[in-house]
Amino acid sequence: MEIGMEPMTSVTRRQVLLAGAGLLSVLMVRPGRAAPTDMEAAIQAMVGKAEIRPGRVHLEIPPLVENGNAAPLTVTVDSPMTEAEFVKTIAVFNEKNPQPNVAVFHLGPRAGRAQVSTRMRLATSQKVVAIAELSDGTFWSDSADVIVTLAACVEG
Amino acid sequence: MARPLISVPATAKRGEIVEIKALIAHPMETGYRPGPDGRVLPRDIIRRFVCTYNDVEIFSADLFPAMSANPFIAFTTVAVESGTLTFTWTGDNGFSQSETATITVS
Repeated sequence: MEIGMEPMTSVTRRQVLLAGAGLLSVLMVRPGRAAPTDMEAAIQAMVGKAEIRPGRVHLEIPPLVENGNAAPLTVTVDSPMTEAEFVKTIAVFNEKNPQPNVAVFHLGPRAGRAQVSTRMRLATSQKVVAIAELSDGTFWSDSADVIVTLAACVEG
Repeated sequence: MARPLISVPATAKRGEIVEIKALIAHPMETGYRPGPDGRVLPRDIIRRFVCTYNDVEIFSADLFPAMSANPFIAFTTVAVESGTLTFTWTGDNGFSQSETATITVS
């Protein structure tokens, strides 16, 4: 009987510890930075209720960025770019900069190729997300984790 | 006046996909960075970039403070006819600048 009770108490203790760890991580989030939820909110504002599917989008960004002031990135989308089927919008979001948005690019069938390149700032090591809106109203995404050695926005 | 730098091929075959690169000298001050006196510098960024091909818009971008200083954008277009490509950057503090490039399509 006592042996049967033992697992129950240990589960309860584990739950308490987990709750404590969760609270600690919430307290450790520093102000002045976009929380991952800010990024989700920004993405939500772009897509609305539509479903975002992984695939078709390729986000190329170096996994290890030496200088967070200018990280090169290229977004390519699998699309024939014809009048019937083309990429309307490519948006780039980040997780931990002060603001979740990076840039929104508006394309059309005259682009020929669904590809854009630019340079972005990275305040710290984080996840970068690219989302593409196609002419048929579907959304596709890709993400990449980036490690930054010299962060942007630290020095004056 | 900020100095723009544009790369467009001078000639192209009809239907060819050409790559366009546009860069403009601009600090893209984020509004989060402290200045020499310790106070936060006010935001001063380019918010919008538009490219037109013979007065038809072919590409545009909305930019945010997370864009690097001297914003660089590379994209593609199909060479349909000879003409002029116009690049316009607009932003905070009434910033507005245009630059043109010509392309000859054979």
